[in-house]
Amino acid sequence: MSPETKPDFLINPEGLRIDGRRTDEMRPIELKVGALKQADGSASIRQGNTYILAAVYGPRELHPRHLTINDRAYLRCVYRMATFSVPDRKRPAPSRREREISMVIANALKPALFLEDYPRAVVDVFIQVIQADGGTRCAAINAASLALADAGIPMRTLVPAVAVGKAEGKLLVDLGDEEDKYGGGDVPMAMLGTTGEITLLQQDGSFAKEELVEAMGMGVTAMKYILELQKEALKRAYTKKGAIEGEDDEEYEDDMETDLGEAEIAGEEDE
Amino acid sequence: MAVYFKKREVVVPGELLAEGRYRSSMGTYDEDGKVYSALLGIAELRGNTVKVVPLEGVYIPSEGDLVIGTITRVAGNNWKVDITGPYGASLHANNALRRPYDDDISRYFDIGDVIAAEITAFDRNSGPFLTLKGRGLGLLSEGMLLDLSPAKIPRVIGRSGSMINMIKDKLRIEAVVAQNGRIWIRAPDTPTLNLAIKAFKMIEAQAHTSKLTERIGAMLDQEMADMKEKAPKTTEIESEEEARAPVKAEPPEEEPEPLVEEESAEDVITAPTEEPAEPKASDEELAPAEEAEVAKDNDNTTEEVTEE
Repeated sequence: MSPETKPDFLINPEGLRIDGRRTDEMRPIELKVGALKQADGSASIRQGNTYILAAVYGPRELHPRHLTINDRAYLRCVYRMATFSVPDRKRPAPSRREREISMVIANALKPALFLEDYPRAVVDVFIQVIQADGGTRCAAINAASLALADAGIPMRTLVPAVAVGKAEGKLLVDLGDEEDKYGGGDVPMAMLGTTGEITLLQQDGSFAKEELVEAMGMGVTAMKYILELQKEALKRAYTKKGAIEGEDDEEYEDDMETDLGEAEIAGEEDE
Repeated sequence: MAVYFKKREVVVPGELLAEGRYRSSMGTYDEDGKVYSALLGIAELRGNTVKVVPLEGVYIPSEGDLVIGTITRVAGNNWKVDITGPYGASLHANNALRRPYDDDISRYFDIGDVIAAEITAFDRNSGPFLTLKGRGLGLLSEGMLLDLSPAKIPRVIGRSGSMINMIKDKLRIEAVVAQNGRIWIRAPDTPTLNLAIKAFKMIEAQAHTSKLTERIGAMLDQEMADMKEKAPKTTEIESEEEARAPVKAEPPEEEPEPLVEEESAEDVITAPTEEPAEPKASDEELAPAEEAEVAKDNDNTTEEVTEE
C-alpha cells in the first residue's frame, strides 16, 4: 500500500464503493481449514486484502496454574498483528487495542463452546493478522471458529461475524480499511450460527436508532451467508482428504461402519 | 420425526441432525427436541440414537481405558504420568508394587520410563488415577512409541481387533495399542519397524475411508515382497518424525525386572473396545505352554519387583 490519502469520495455517484462494491456487497471471502500443520486445529481467512491465520491448541494443561477454572476450560485468545500487517510498521509490543480485541473475540466465541467438558484445562486460540485491511476482528472470529471446529473442540455452533459501517449517510456491509478510517462509523458483530444470538456488538461513531437496527439486519443477512461459507469450508477440508483414497466408494457395506460400531460400544460404556 | 443427514456424512458443529424421537449421544447435543452436531465428524444413526464420531480431538481419560504413559515425576509414593491430553495422571505405588517396597520408588520406575496402565478413576474433580494391576500392564522396555490421534484408535484396532491382529500377524511384531493414541511397537528389525509405522500412519491418514483393512493388508504384502528382494541391506536406521524410542532401553542389573514380559505385552492390544466378556483375540494365538507362562508371569510380576 502506498502512502495514504483520504479518497475524494467513499461512494461514487453511481452508488458504488471505492472498490466497486454495492453497499450491501461483501468482499470475496476465502476460507481454508487446516492451514497450519503443527496446530491441533487451524484456519486461514482472506477477506479482500485482509489475511489472518488462526491456530487452536488443546484442550491442554493450563499454565500458569492459578488461572484454572474448576468447572470448565479456560478459553485463552490472543489476537496479534504482524509488524508488517499495516502501512506504517506496527510496533511489536502487544498494544492496548490488541488486548481488547483478544478479549472481545474470546467473549464472542465462548457461548458457542462446550467448555464445561474440559474442567481445569485450557483451549488456546492464537490469531495472527498477516495483512490488515479493515474488519480484522470479525475476520478473526470467522477463522477462529473454524480452527476450533478443526481441532475437534465440542461446540454448539459456528460463529460468523461481520462489520457494518456508515459512510456518507449510507450503511455499508463489510467495511474496508478506508471506509473504516474515513467513514462515519462501524458496528462489528458476531452471532451464534444456530440461534442467531448476538455474541459481539460494538459501535464506533454515532448511529441513529433506526440506523443501528437496519445495520444489524444487514449484518445478520451477511453473517448467514458467511456461516454457509464456513460450513462449506469445513466439509471441503475433510471430504477432500477422503476423496484421495475413496475411489472405491461405490460399495458402501464395508468395514468402516462396523468399525465405527465398535467405537460406539466403547462410547456407550463411557456414559 | 426426521433425519437430516446422509449415512456417514461429514457434519459440522451446529448442524441440525434429527428432529423428533431421536436420542442424542456422544458428539451431539439436544435442544428443544432437536439433535444438533457438537463436533466436526461423521454422523451415525443407530436405532434412534444419533451420534457423531469425531475426526480430531485430544485424549480424554475414561475409566477402564488402557493407556501408555511416560513418567514425568516421582513424588513420594506417586508417579506422575503423562498420558497425553489435558490431564496428567498419577500412579500410586500401592497400585503398582507389592508391599513392602523401597521408600525410593524411583528404583522401580524412573522419569522417562514408559508404562502401559489402566485408568481406575477419573471424574471432573480428581484424577485420572492409574493402576498396573492387570494383564499386560507394566513397564514397556525397548521398542518404540508412536503417537497418533486418539480419535483414530478405534480404526487401528478394527472390528474386534481385526486390523491390529492382521498387522501383527503379517509383520510378526509385538504391539500395544492404547486408547490415548499411543502405540508401542517392538519389531525384529528396523525395516519391519518402519513398515509398521507406515501402516499405522496410513490408517491415521485414511481413517474415514472405507475398506481400510484390505488396503493396509495389500500395502503390507507389497512392501514385504519388496523388502525380501533387497534383503541383504537391512541395517540402515531411519528415525521417524513422530516416533521415539523409550528413554531407557535396558534396565541395569540390580534393578527390578520389568513388569511385562514379551508374551504378556502382546495380550494387551485389543482390550478396551471389546465387550468385556469376550476372550481376547490374541490369547488364542498363544500356544498352551506360552499361555501358562503368561499366567505365571502375571501372578509373579509384583513379587519379582519386591524381591529384588
